[in-house]
Amino acid sequence: MTINTMAKGGWHREQMSCFRKMEKVIVAMQDPDMGMKMRNQRLLITVIPHAMTGRDIIAWLIHTYSICEEEALHLSGLLVRYGYIYPLKEPRSLVLRPDESPYRFQTPYFWTSTRWPASELDYAIYLAKKNIRKQGELMEYEKTRYSLLHKRINHTWDFVVMQAREQLRASKQRRKADRIVFECQEQAYWLINRPPVCLLLLYSLLHFCTILFYIILYCTLLYYTILCNALPYYTTIETCFTVFKQALGRNRVKSSICLESFVKYSEQYQNHDPIMQGSLPSNPWISDDTAYWTMNSETVPIPTRLRVERWSFSFMELLNDDMGRREFMTYLEKEFSAENLCFWQACEDIKHGESSRIIEKVEMIYKNFLAPGAARWVNIDSKTMDKTLEGIRNPHRFIMDDAQMHIYFLMKKDSYPRYLKSDLYKNMLAKAIVPQETKKSVFPFVRRQRHANPSPAQAVAQATEEDGHAKGAGQAGTKSAAGSHV
Amino acid sequence: LQAPKYMRSPLIPEMATQEVQLNETLTHLKTESETLKSKLEDERAKLHDVELHQVAEKVEGLGQFVMKTRRTLKGHGNKVLCMDWCKDKRRIVSSSQVTHFMLLKTFMLLEHAVTMPCTWVMACAYAPSGCAVACGGLDNKCSVYPLSLDKNENLAAKKKSVAMHTNYLSACSFTNSDMQILTSSGDGTCALWDVESGQLLQSFHGHAADVLCLDLAPSETGNTFVSGGCDKKANVWDMRSGQCIQSFETHESDINSVRYYPSGDAFASGSDDATCRLYDLRADREVAIYSKESIIFGVSSVDFSLSGRLLFGGYNDYTINVWDVLKGTRVSILFGHENRVSTLRVSPDGTAFCTGSWDHTLRIWA
Repeated sequence: MTINTMAKGGWHREQMSCFRKMEKVIVAMQDPDMGMKMRNQRLLITVIPHAMTGRDIIAWLIHTYSICEEEALHLSGLLVRYGYIYPLKEPRSLVLRPDESPYRFQTPYFWTSTRWPASELDYAIYLAKKNIRKQGELMEYEKTRYSLLHKRINHTWDFVVMQAREQLRASKQRRKADRIVFECQEQAYWLINRPPVCLLLLYSLLHFCTILFYIILYCTLLYYTILCNALPYYTTIETCFTVFKQALGRNRVKSSICLESFVKYSEQYQNHDPIMQGSLPSNPWISDDTAYWTMNSETVPIPTRLRVERWSFSFMELLNDDMGRREFMTYLEKEFSAENLCFWQACEDIKHGESSRIIEKVEMIYKNFLAPGAARWVNIDSKTMDKTLEGIRNPHRFIMDDAQMHIYFLMKKDSYPRYLKSDLYKNMLAKAIVPQETKKSVFPFVRRQRHANPSPAQAVAQATEEDGHAKGAGQAGTKSAAGSHV
Repeated sequence: LQAPKYMRSPLIPEMATQEVQLNETLTHLKTESETLKSKLEDERAKLHDVELHQVAEKVEGLGQFVMKTRRTLKGHGNKVLCMDWCKDKRRIVSSSQVTHFMLLKTFMLLEHAVTMPCTWVMACAYAPSGCAVACGGLDNKCSVYPLSLDKNENLAAKKKSVAMHTNYLSACSFTNSDMQILTSSGDGTCALWDVESGQLLQSFHGHAADVLCLDLAPSETGNTFVSGGCDKKANVWDMRSGQCIQSFETHESDINSVRYYPSGDAFASGSDDATCRLYDLRADREVAIYSKESIIFGVSSVDFSLSGRLLFGGYNDYTINVWDVLKGTRVSILFGHENRVSTLRVSPDGTAFCTGSWDHTLRIWA
């Protein structure tokens, strides 16, 4: 849903799907076997049948959907707010109290979705009825609306009053209990669905504007219908077909293989996920201590162990970390194959750099890496090399893609695995820091013991018992909301 | 597929015959497309030998989960529509319903507030270098603002208009550098722009309605992105050729948010139909649905935790639901916002996530 779709009746579409879901819940609540137990409620001197207490509603929701009390309160609050359940005492208070307060289901006749949109004519009739019954004693907001409507639809006012009288007469024929129930239901409906005042005021103006708007729209569309054909529309269909046909020819991988990779990935990265495992020495957002960020910054002399471990997960992880990339470059220099990484970096620069400098950068790459006898000549297979050299005559952003990919996979398959086995990497891993936990903060999950050996340079910090939350730093959160387990 | 309204009611007699022909062709195309679609579903189903939650049975369950609001940021005074983290993991940029966007620093002191001559700034993004910010909305444009350390400098003066669409801008994102921006728009297209020259590098056509969201793939060959739209489709695009490589249509309503799984092999989507779904790109199908009968309102935005084990969803009923991606269960529900959650992003180092809401505040959760 967006601002545009709101204008096109998208709000209506969005609300409708929510209404349907809520109605599903309501229907389940009224199921004769699994639904709520209802009882008669006394309201003054009358007995209202089929009512339930707030407490019972909460209990039923907790039991049926396996949710906690807070969520059940939230959900039931929505049901009341959208008019599916209404309170018998204090009808104007549209909240669900989890106590003995009585509530009833709204009849489907009065569901917002059934009677969409709420008609101002119906509202006028309702107010007129109330006016007659209570001999002019309406609520303030009702009096305002009544007079506004009286002005707006003055031409049909006779009809309104006539309808009101007729409905009142018909209702007198009913049993008192039924009449009270109907009045409650009707009142609940209008409490939620009454047209807002500003809208009523704007209606007259809107009416004129919309008519004018439609005339203009009509003419514009007519103009375009004559001039343009259905080409843009066909393009969409054509694209659909292309995608479908392409998809049918695609090679797919078995689900078991794909899904297994997710399990593996999550397991591999679990220790590195601060929300899952916590972070050492502490999560800065919880403890207000930025040590974690300082220790993991770009220019720190000794990296943390987790960071160095991560370089071994994939070649991309190594390259994405500036420090890792520098280390790898040092290794390649020892192996006399540093030009590969330099070439790859230069290609990245072209791909993501300014358009205006592409030509100059391509020339530089040719001079340094591709020309015969170049200072840092890279070893690309002849086919790719020919293609690239050919393409350099008309350089564009992606001209180096093939060559870059070739070198990337060369490094990935050859140099990278050897780097991970090298002394350079192993030494880095050995001297990497494992920070001590500084505060016993609350981690999202019960923390597992970390088995890493602390390095000798590490001072053993005393874990303090101070709770990180107690330190309010300036704009500390005003409302801390606790999560809950399902 | 249905013909647009104006084609169904011609006024000029000559168009009547044209309309009949058009309708016939369209009906024919419609049936053919339906056939292709069901054929595709069959093909996809052939290799689907196991469900995600079955594979995840051996994985340890998640324990007691406690996340709280650690910071509440109240500077906006208006509905917060969008936010993005800076790569330095501490700064964020956020945009709101009326005019300005703001930059907020570590532990959230207001750093810079810039006014923009348009309401409903629906998209904002931080440049990878941290030196610029892009935003746009109802003005149909995406503009880039270079940031400066001087607090008094008028950033609005240095703004650069980069993207031009024919309808509102719904999302924007820098690619790997400050030099290119990817945008999506209510005009049904996405586009790649060169920041320096404002030139359109590539446009992406294929959505049949407004495109609401996009996300760039974290892959090593780094050339694809996914977009979601009001046509209920999620499309994967090749940035270089402009072609739609893959398309998924299983949602029942507008897709408000798409986000790649950290490995780049899958992506999650959140929709007005109150579900989040996971799509695997190699298996070419939807592999999980995250929904609950007690969750009624739509999802406005989704994001993964760093390891991809958790999926956070911001919902229109003011709550945040946390899902176990592998097992498909809901781990936790977080309360706190007083109006719909409009945007949700996990920080680049995964230490926290930030939510923006129509209740005028942003919250950091950890």
